[in-house]
Amino acid sequence: MSAFAATFRRELSLMWAGGGALTPLGYFFGATLLVPLAMGPERALLAVAGPPLIWIAAALAMLATLERLFQADLEDGSLDQMLLSPAPLEALTLAKGLALWCVVGLPLALAAAPAAIALQAPVELVPAIVASLALGTAAFAGIGLVGAALTAGVRRGGVLIALIVLPFFAPPIIFGAAVAGGEQVGSAMALVAGCALGAAALGPIAAAAALRLQAE
Amino acid sequence: MSGSGPFQDKMSLRVEQLSLSRGERLLARDLSFEVQAGSYVEIRGGNGTGKTTLLRAIGGYFRPREGRIVFEGVEEPSLALHYVGHLNGLKGGASVRSHLRYWAGLFGVVGEEENALQRLGLRAQADLPARVLSQGQSRRLALTRLVLAPRLLWLLDEPAAGLDAQGKAMLADLISAHCSAGGIALAAVHEPIGPTPTRVLTVGA
Repeated sequence: MSAFAATFRRELSLMWAGGGALTPLGYFFGATLLVPLAMGPERALLAVAGPPLIWIAAALAMLATLERLFQADLEDGSLDQMLLSPAPLEALTLAKGLALWCVVGLPLALAAAPAAIALQAPVELVPAIVASLALGTAAFAGIGLVGAALTAGVRRGGVLIALIVLPFFAPPIIFGAAVAGGEQVGSAMALVAGCALGAAALGPIAAAAALRLQAE
Repeated sequence: MSGSGPFQDKMSLRVEQLSLSRGERLLARDLSFEVQAGSYVEIRGGNGTGKTTLLRAIGGYFRPREGRIVFEGVEEPSLALHYVGHLNGLKGGASVRSHLRYWAGLFGVVGEEENALQRLGLRAQADLPARVLSQGQSRRLALTRLVLAPRLLWLLDEPAAGLDAQGKAMLADLISAHCSAGGIALAAVHEPIGPTPTRVLTVGA
């Protein structure tokens, strides 16, 4: 088994044992299902303002999972061992990001279907919303790796992660909200995919660089 | 490849005029020594004198401010060494066996898991989650890495901490076998842990 596969497998089982997507999903449903209650039952208003809110809820739900991502590895000495692997640290951080996407990102994307319907999104748009969120959560995971790595040594770094990461969450949220709003779905989707690919390519490299400094 | 060598390559380690500092505080100055293949070196010194810092500098976890650490006979030092520090590198939720499987993947080796469990006396605990292990058992689990992936240089930071008499004997056997196979072991210790050291290095005296 390669170091990448071993890390991916271990992260999957640890994340799963740690509650998996339960907390972020609970947060996501809580936030999206409260919107109709807060905005009142007027369908026209909800149909315009509601669906883009899915993106805010997904971004915040994902943000809440980032704090311990590398902090635990730094505190228990796992990071020291990762640095002795023949595999580059970039590959190992990519494996962790991929596991995060599988355990948290994909369930959030699927959960967007019922949430979108509750928020009065047109039914024919629901598959596009789910697909865009699958891409968008990949972008969040890639960006989140960097924030988590930079703050691994900081006690209660949650607020700091939010400050670092949220500005970079803006592009996928902007284009994703366009998909959810039904404007120029095709090109907005392509831009979300671009954000996801960019974050997946650059995130692990930046995260690995930050982690090497943390190991000192 | 078996856990106890003998190693094909001979490595040696040379530390030249190394200065160690932690934060702003200077711990050691002009530290120079040389270690040949097959040596077991004990690093002594009081608390906070820089034993851990020295081991981590050799492990490549940071670049020393002054001086050089030269490895001969190995191409990539970080792939030729093991580091067992104060932190065992365990995840409470994962079982003993899954730790070994993960490390085997991480270090790119196969087939030594059962042998490693046997050598450290962890057979009976193989399916327990690491969270329920005692301190000594956790340390034994961290030491299985030494058997799991044969590497020339062992950097051990108080390796006997928490170990019972039987565990200490196992550790002493591991170190002796490693050194007679041509490996090098550097251990930061406060009292002798069994094998007769080739030399004793005192830091920050």
